[in-house]
Amino acid sequence: MSAYEITDHHYDVIVVGAGGAGLRATLGMATSGLRTACITKVFPTRSHTVAAQGGIGAALNNMGEGDNWKFHMYDTVKGSDWLGDQDAIEYMCRNAIPSVIELEHYGVPFSRTEDGNIYQRPFGGHTLDYGKNIARRACAAADRTGHAILHTLYQQCLRHKAEFYVEYYAIDLIMDDNGACQGILALSMEDGSLHRFLGQRTVLATGGYGRVYFSCTSAHTCTGDGNAMALRAGLPLQDMEFVQFHPTGVYGAGVLITEGARGEGGYLTNSEGERFMERYAPTAKDLASRDVVSRAMTMEINEGRGVGPNKDHILLHLEHIDSDTLHERLPGITETARIFCGVDITREPIPVLPTVHYNMGGIPTNYHGEVLAPTKDDPNKVAHGLMAIGEAACVSVHGANRLGTNSLLDIVVFGRAAAQRASEVLTPGATLAPPSQESTDKAIERLDRMRHAKGKEKVGALRLDMQKAMQKYAAVFRSGSSLDEGVKSMDEIAGSMGELGIQDRSLVWNTDLIEALELENLMSQALVTVRSAHQRTESRGAHAHEDYPERDDENWMKHTVMWLDENNHSELGYRDVTMNTLTNEVQPVPPVARVY
Amino acid sequence: MAQFSLPANSKVAKGNHHAAPDTASRTKTFNIYRWSPEDDENPRIDSYEVDLDDCGPMVLDALIKIKNEVDSGLTFRRSCREGICGSCSMNVDGGNTLACLKAIDEVKGEVNIYPLPHMPVVKDLVPDLTHAYAQLTSVEPWLKTETPDPKGRERKQSPAERDELDGLWECVLCFSCTTSCPSYWWNGDRYLGPAVLLQAYRWIADSRDEFTGERLDALEDPFRLYRCHTIMNCAKTCPKGLNPGKAIGEIKKLMVQRQG
Ligand SMILES: Cc1cc2nc3c(=O)[nH]c(=O)nc-3n(C[C@H](O)[C@H](O)[C@H](O)COP(=O)(O)OP(=O)(O)OC[C@H]3O[C@@H](n4cnc5c(N)ncnc54)[C@H](O)[C@@H]3O)c2cc1C
Ligand code: SF4
Ligand code: FES
Repeated sequence: MSAYEITDHHYDVIVVGAGGAGLRATLGMATSGLRTACITKVFPTRSHTVAAQGGIGAALNNMGEGDNWKFHMYDTVKGSDWLGDQDAIEYMCRNAIPSVIELEHYGVPFSRTEDGNIYQRPFGGHTLDYGKNIARRACAAADRTGHAILHTLYQQCLRHKAEFYVEYYAIDLIMDDNGACQGILALSMEDGSLHRFLGQRTVLATGGYGRVYFSCTSAHTCTGDGNAMALRAGLPLQDMEFVQFHPTGVYGAGVLITEGARGEGGYLTNSEGERFMERYAPTAKDLASRDVVSRAMTMEINEGRGVGPNKDHILLHLEHIDSDTLHERLPGITETARIFCGVDITREPIPVLPTVHYNMGGIPTNYHGEVLAPTKDDPNKVAHGLMAIGEAACVSVHGANRLGTNSLLDIVVFGRAAAQRASEVLTPGATLAPPSQESTDKAIERLDRMRHAKGKEKVGALRLDMQKAMQKYAAVFRSGSSLDEGVKSMDEIAGSMGELGIQDRSLVWNTDLIEALELENLMSQALVTVRSAHQRTESRGAHAHEDYPERDDENWMKHTVMWLDENNHSELGYRDVTMNTLTNEVQPVPPVARVY
Repeated sequence: MAQFSLPANSKVAKGNHHAAPDTASRTKTFNIYRWSPEDDENPRIDSYEVDLDDCGPMVLDALIKIKNEVDSGLTFRRSCREGICGSCSMNVDGGNTLACLKAIDEVKGEVNIYPLPHMPVVKDLVPDLTHAYAQLTSVEPWLKTETPDPKGRERKQSPAERDELDGLWECVLCFSCTTSCPSYWWNGDRYLGPAVLLQAYRWIADSRDEFTGERLDALEDPFRLYRCHTIMNCAKTCPKGLNPGKAIGEIKKLMVQRQG
């Protein structure tokens, strides 16, 4: 593979990804004296975190309702349908408060209450007093909270002179013979040169893989590259069957209308004009958890009460809310509805449909952000040299269903935690072992194969086949037969990857090549997702199985872990859910039926 | 009258034409600027006929359709497809905008697409924004305070003070405005341009920031700020409906005020 020249870069820490998770980690690492490089395929403020709308959860109690992080913890465990690890959930909800205050100190332009504090709004599944009343817990910067947080984190990184490698595409992890991570191989898009970034720790903060599906709220760049790199490095992914459908994606366009819209008083109706959520969730109604609302909407549509000529969607009403509130609190979605469906939200309802939004599954980690390489004897064994945070990781704080506002929270809390951990255990400037040549060659070989791919299948066409199959067979409701079909057709589609061909053979900004590499990444995650779904014969959170409509704690209160080899053979394992909390200040939340 | 001739490599040639499939019911032609640094060829305009009945409503949808189905070598930036990441800024139909927010129907006749003007081109529709990003860093776009952060609580800011930031903080750094500004075209090496000045003002306007004086000092320069001649192309072109020209006006006002 000598045709390619490689430039080596030595650091203490390599962060891959400059979304909220990657930037928060980079900031923490850089300020603690670790030499840190942040590598990203898009300019930091263009990362997908920028699209987050509604808010970030933290029990600040700014609305004076007696909110408390223990309520937040309870809601998160319940939201997760008891698949979340309670030690990690305690860690997140407790650290939510200092993490969000810190964001304000960094300069995030949060909306404000009359007395000058951070404004908080209601969100689905967030309650007071263990489910009794709706809580106002989502700290919001209008309906552009992700934009506010991401830009601020980038600004702080500039202030602390963090080192960025922008528009560098990470191809694969460099792993030594003992399975420890030594860094990554990346392609500079600007000139096509190859770079090896080596460090004591590599942090994957590469985001979710929403683009496995046809209709999703996620950006085109959400291809889960880090997850796929972990698979190729022989590490498993966890709980991949749990894919969140957000109730209110704009019908057709797929862009998101935040749950904060229902938090500000919006509600859903079917073709009979009925506020059907009152039937499905008598207490929380339109603010029940996302899995609950998405299922209810799908059932209404399946029973013939969808709206529109094809009776295939639902209406979201905001026109009863006074226009000053809409202008002040929801300016972004006002614009989105106008541009993407020609709707003036002060007058008409928005056509919406449950749309793929978030991946609960990902690279298994502990609450320090350290990646796990579970074995039969040690399910919590740490993979040396590698960390994962953000949507790429499965800590697991979201279990089978994530609550709104808990992802922005997850990315800042665990970005921070990863930096704290690294600064505790690493010595700045420690000497690095020479990088594995074998692993480097393997990564280059993958690039080279793709760069010269001459087959007849186009990236766009194969990607579409995959997305359609996943949309059809692994949707809001799954069944034994849909998943049988899904596994079969995904095997076939993934089997055609060998026939892929690209047209652009150049090195500079070759997005034909990059999309091919991304497709390969998506494909492996689609396989793991549908196969993980296939084996879970119960219904829990976002995994609703028609043949097994009940949650089965006896057999299934466990995390799925799945490995995938080069030949697309998978291996299945399980990890116990952590039911104990981190401290004695709070008791574990025992499993009960989930009613909203 | 003097005769000017353009350097040979800046002449734009007519390129390839890709006809719509026979099944197309409603076609529209997209003429797209193509240039690669890796061959010795001049830039060219390739044209593509797209069936609008089989395409999403936005210009970005058409570009993606072309890339997926006709010409996978076509190169442009994109990510969010909802006007929030600022990746897909380009010149469409003579104006700078975000391709994902620009409806195809808004363009009468053929759709002409070029990279953002007066920026070095990396390839096709991808401009090199390195200089603009460096200018952004130069205004130190982060919160600066002297008073220590309140322990365990947020800093206070009234809703009215917070309102001052509306129209400023929403900028997506697409640089549509900057690259539409004639002053920036001629003096972009030293003039900061509307996008960066909007960011500078965003911190001046923030009630929490305690370095207004220093920030104004740093802008007190014949080029950095005062190359703005209030042409206002910036406000006209901003796809997010922001008004950088107004922000620049506010900075100038503060400069005058402090001179007393
Ligand atoms: C429309 C929308 C609205 C949302 N609203 C909310 C909300 O209100 N509240 C909430 O809590 N959550 C919300 N979410 C979820 C939340 O925004 C995301 O889960 C979260 O931002 C993910 O952050 P991240 O840092 O993990 O990844 P991302 O922000 O996706 O960043 C990934 C980073 O990795 C980089 N990267 C990826 N692959 C590579 C590679 N191969 N090489 C180099 N770099 C790479 C990218 O360049 C990018 O910088 C929303 C999500 C969507 C889609
Ligand atoms: S002010 Fe508008 S045009 Fe200028 S960079 Fe910001 S969003 Fe783009
Ligand atoms: S793709 Fe993000 S702004 Fe157009």
